[in-house]
Amino acid sequence: MSIVHIDNVTKTYRQGKVDVHALSGISLDISKGGFTVLAGPSGSGKTTLLNLMGGLDNPTSGSITLDGEVITGLSQSRLADMRLEKIGFVFQAYNLIPVLSAQENVEYVMLMQGVPAKERSERARAVLDDVGLEGKYSRRPAELSGGQQQRVAVARAIVSHPSIVLADEPTANLDSKTGQGLLEIMCEMNEKRNATFIFSTHDQMVMDYAKRLVHLKDGRIVDDETR
Amino acid sequence: MQLQLAWRNIWRNPRRTLIILTAVVIGAWTMLFFGALSRGMAESMLTNSINNLTGHIQIQKQGYRDDPVVENRINDPTPIKALLDQDLPPEAKWAFRIEVNGVASNARNSKGVTIVGIDPDREPDLSFYGQSVTEGRALRPDDAHGILVGQGLLDSMDTKPGRKIVLMTQGADKETASRAFKIRGVYRAELEATEKRYVFVTLPAARKLLGVKNAVTSACIRLPEREQVGPMAETLGKHLPKGLSLLTWEDMLPLLTGYLSMFDSFMFLWYLVVFVAMGFGIVNTTLMAVLERTREFGLLKALGMKPARIVRGVLTECLILLLVGLVAGNALGLLTVLVLSGGIDLSFMAEGSQYFGMSHLIFPKLMARDVVAANGVILVLGLLVSLYPALKAGRITPVEAMAQT
Repeated sequence: MSIVHIDNVTKTYRQGKVDVHALSGISLDISKGGFTVLAGPSGSGKTTLLNLMGGLDNPTSGSITLDGEVITGLSQSRLADMRLEKIGFVFQAYNLIPVLSAQENVEYVMLMQGVPAKERSERARAVLDDVGLEGKYSRRPAELSGGQQQRVAVARAIVSHPSIVLADEPTANLDSKTGQGLLEIMCEMNEKRNATFIFSTHDQMVMDYAKRLVHLKDGRIVDDETR
Repeated sequence: MQLQLAWRNIWRNPRRTLIILTAVVIGAWTMLFFGALSRGMAESMLTNSINNLTGHIQIQKQGYRDDPVVENRINDPTPIKALLDQDLPPEAKWAFRIEVNGVASNARNSKGVTIVGIDPDREPDLSFYGQSVTEGRALRPDDAHGILVGQGLLDSMDTKPGRKIVLMTQGADKETASRAFKIRGVYRAELEATEKRYVFVTLPAARKLLGVKNAVTSACIRLPEREQVGPMAETLGKHLPKGLSLLTWEDMLPLLTGYLSMFDSFMFLWYLVVFVAMGFGIVNTTLMAVLERTREFGLLKALGMKPARIVRGVLTECLILLLVGLVAGNALGLLTVLVLSGGIDLSFMAEGSQYFGMSHLIFPKLMARDVVAANGVILVLGLLVSLYPALKAGRITPVEAMAQT
């Protein structure tokens, strides 16, 4: 069953007087529960494609369907609701809120969803336990290592059971050992919680974990390999 | 959690927060203290003017105000006495007076003065008379030849208590009338001009000087509270005998009334001026805080936060800052007013303050409406100017924010 359906999507940016074609006619179906990696060199369009799937940007043409709903052309307000309910994000630079503790960072998404405080706390601690951060609930980001911060970001992304988790170069700021540890956790979450992960990366180690590897180059899919 | 987050965000950069807080505290303090000082000055001008023989209400013959001469006298004040005894509250004070212009002279000098014939028993409750005799004594009811003069006049005429002064004015028969009086005492007034202008004799002595029997030129009334003047003037006006006019202090002091009616506008303008200086500080520092957190606002949007909630978050931070600053600023303002409640001595600029009819001692007067207005201006305008950085935060897009390094 397809959770993301991308139909002939193009994205063109205007840089000065020049049109830059970031994506040219991309069509792609991603199955629920998948562990898909969008790979390619810098400028290949993988982050742009990830942003479009996450409703952070609009395609120039074509359409994107997420969990049965066409998200192309939705209002900013509806897109915000959609991101809140259906998408989890993991960014390269962790992007945690520095004044909140690990648990509060994880709880924040649930707060926006209106989850009661007690349930928020229980779910946040459970998912932090799952990513190996038992007992570090009250630590602020500055008191955690890079790998630990990224695990908090993963916990935040999966805590509200989104339809998909989009991870943009999640291991880029981590050393290989920490990166591998994080990937193990994400694989475990993929299997344990049946969360759909979609990565963008040019890190070979991430590609090695992929169940499906989609290669992009110059805004086009050049290879699509299912393992 | 939102309030907790706002509070923590405020203290991310303590130095910047302290700068904004200082601006708000100084702004609130300035508004309150200088507002109270200005209010105290206005109050001083008004109190002096009312004490300066004006009173709260006067009943005069029609035409006396424009031409204060003996012809415009009230020959029979009995109906006025009956009216006042009937309608005034028991705590109110009133007295008849004769007030005409004349000349005071001795062997060496002549000065233009206002001759005031008073009831020595009743007058002390109405004006500065009787509260400020610094030399000699006040007049007695049966004092047919006694006169009380101001220190200023005494100095300028180079005389002293016990010596004679001749008063000269136009009598009821339109002929020049004159009579010699002995200086019984000397008074001091808030303003030197007052000391030079008014000389007091008893009402019977003034009548004798003018050649009238029971006449007066006015009845002066003082009520317990200034706020009672309007309703009381209305009550008295209904039963006022024909040919008389009733004047409130607002009618008698049109310049001061005009100034006081504009006073609130001046205060509001003053608040705005202070706020403009403060507002720039608030906008700049809040904008800086927002721009520093561009990535974070981008993240929150990516997570599904709507722009309105981001705007609300930034405004909540500003509101907390404003409230904390206002509490401290109000406390400081109140403390300053309390410390200076004994009065601020403006003797060093006595001539200037006298020019405006102010005492040399000013008592800051903090009014509830001034406190509400100052806090309201800071709070409402503070939030309004914070809208700019807040809206800017709400417009940040996740893609642009994440692209920032």
